[in-house]
Amino acid sequence: MDFRDSPEEAAFRDRLRDWLAERAGTFPTSGDEYWARQGEWHRALHAAGFFGLSWPERYGGHELPPVYDVILDEELARAGTPPRPSLGYLVQGLGRHGGEELCRRFLPGMIDGTERWCQGFSEPGAGSDLASLTTTATRDGDAYVVQGHKIWTSYSDVADWCLLLARTDPDVPRHKGISAFVVSMHQPGIEQRPLKMMSGVTKEFGQVLFDGARVPADQMVGAPGEGWALAMTVVGHEREPATLGFSARYGKLVRQLAARTKGSAPPPELAWAAVEAEMLRLHVRRRLSEQLDGVSHGPEGSLDKLLMTWAEQAVGHAALAVGGTEDPELLNAYLYSRAQSVMGGTSQIQKNIIASRILGLGD
Amino acid sequence: MDVRLTAEQRQLRDAAARLASDLGPGSVLDLDDRHRIARLEKAVEATGWRNLRSDGASGVEVALVVEEFGRGLVDVPFLGPVLADDLRRQVGSTVPAATIAVGSSARDAHGMRHALTLDGDRVLSTEVGPRAPGADLTRHNAALRDASEPIGTLPPELAERWRVLALVATCADLVGTARGAHTLARDHAKIREQYGRTIGSYQAVAHLLAEGLALIEGSVSVLRHAAWAVDELTPAEALRAARIAKLYCARAARTVCETAVQVHGGIGNTWECLAHVHLRRALVSTELFPVRLEEIDCGLS
Repeated sequence: MDFRDSPEEAAFRDRLRDWLAERAGTFPTSGDEYWARQGEWHRALHAAGFFGLSWPERYGGHELPPVYDVILDEELARAGTPPRPSLGYLVQGLGRHGGEELCRRFLPGMIDGTERWCQGFSEPGAGSDLASLTTTATRDGDAYVVQGHKIWTSYSDVADWCLLLARTDPDVPRHKGISAFVVSMHQPGIEQRPLKMMSGVTKEFGQVLFDGARVPADQMVGAPGEGWALAMTVVGHEREPATLGFSARYGKLVRQLAARTKGSAPPPELAWAAVEAEMLRLHVRRRLSEQLDGVSHGPEGSLDKLLMTWAEQAVGHAALAVGGTEDPELLNAYLYSRAQSVMGGTSQIQKNIIASRILGLGD
Repeated sequence: MDVRLTAEQRQLRDAAARLASDLGPGSVLDLDDRHRIARLEKAVEATGWRNLRSDGASGVEVALVVEEFGRGLVDVPFLGPVLADDLRRQVGSTVPAATIAVGSSARDAHGMRHALTLDGDRVLSTEVGPRAPGADLTRHNAALRDASEPIGTLPPELAERWRVLALVATCADLVGTARGAHTLARDHAKIREQYGRTIGSYQAVAHLLAEGLALIEGSVSVLRHAAWAVDELTPAEALRAARIAKLYCARAARTVCETAVQVHGGIGNTWECLAHVHLRRALVSTELFPVRLEEIDCGLS
């Protein structure tokens, strides 16, 4: 057992640190300015060899163990640069469920950041109960025609492609009638409506209305009716602190808050946030090590999501305790933290999954 | 970085778990079963685990055994003797049947003849007196006789490391007793029926148990790191890791044990239910080498 870097990991960390030192302060790290330049940051990271670390080489990744992503996250936070773009769940969804041809066509651009992606899963009437989605894709010659309304579509306004779930068969049980597609966002029949979050951020989430948009039949991911399996892969990874790389951000905010309270006793909320942030950092390390044994992504991801949520919301409370409502940036950090118990599956859904699938509590 | 347990560590954990499951108390009535306690005492003594540190074991191994013994509510001394052994080996003392003392009270003292304390960098040995009251029904306190005898001195760094090991051992006991309480409550929720269904099928109950499991998982993660840090980091870094672990594990264990009481309903508030035995053990392990929120270094690395 060793929590330290191996010699290879340490060498990688040093190289990364040097590269980052030259870029500190050149990219915005929060708010709409961050979202506006996120693509540029993504491409810069990839071009320097620091993105897609654990993904296949043939698609532009580096096939390193997942712990390298943790090193990346830590060093990004340390250097005060923007975080790692969250794409892992889309890469996993397409990579595991798409055929070789789709993967070769789409994964390289997704990973190197030259093509930008959004995820069309949730709908106004299908949130926690995703399988009730009503967006349809109807066969028309060698294409499908899409009708429906998607919401919480991250970065939809800058996306080139959408990984979309739509109902292709209304006559089978609802989980079995859903298929997944790669839909071009540059075509008629797509209307974008931005969402303004309570923190004021407008660039992160959008709504997308599909009215007659077309997608070639060969851009279906997997076979008809296999959309639900892809959705489960994607949401499973969307819950993972390791995939998301948030834990380093929490530690960074705690240190910033501590610096602001220097000279006076830190509020108890801040001390507790420090404990939670450190817990999550160590928990991610333990989980990644377990993956070395081939432990796959199961319902345990819901435990990790809960722990991440508690950590983020503890940090949010610390930001509020230190900054009150007077400091807009800290107030926004607090307000933003409230979304963590909703996005990627609510805490209530995570607890249902833990109770039924891990604890065996059910009827 | 690879923070998995080794094969040997997993074997040690499994052996400790088996011993605790086979001979630990399965009910509150069992706490008074002298024959069981005698068998348990004999089995624990035979393992030699009270001398883990003398045998070269790391903080991780000590924590694994303490955790499993906490889970199984092992009610013969272990945490006290294993910490006393670490003091004894460092000063080259052979004081037999030793546990530890805090202030004027010997801890985990059932059947123990001597209690060691670390006073600054001096190790003192005192004879153990009669049993003293305490909240824990599985580990006894005892009074100390008057005269304490210095048996050696530790270099400051080693004294600091021993304090870290002591903190980590209490964390491990907290994680173990929380796991035991959680299993007790989950098993109850699977069989207890109200309104014609098991209570675990209701979200109100299921969510409490789901939260408890997440708290336990987080606790295991901070405990592993702190246990590793005992021997691998500088004393100051190891102390910081142990303080974080102690605060997290203590808060988690209390919540999980309180949940276990709640899930058992009325019965959970009676003497006959094991839930309070876990809760009491958790409260006592929290107070043994306590950590306050004010001691947390928020500028953590």
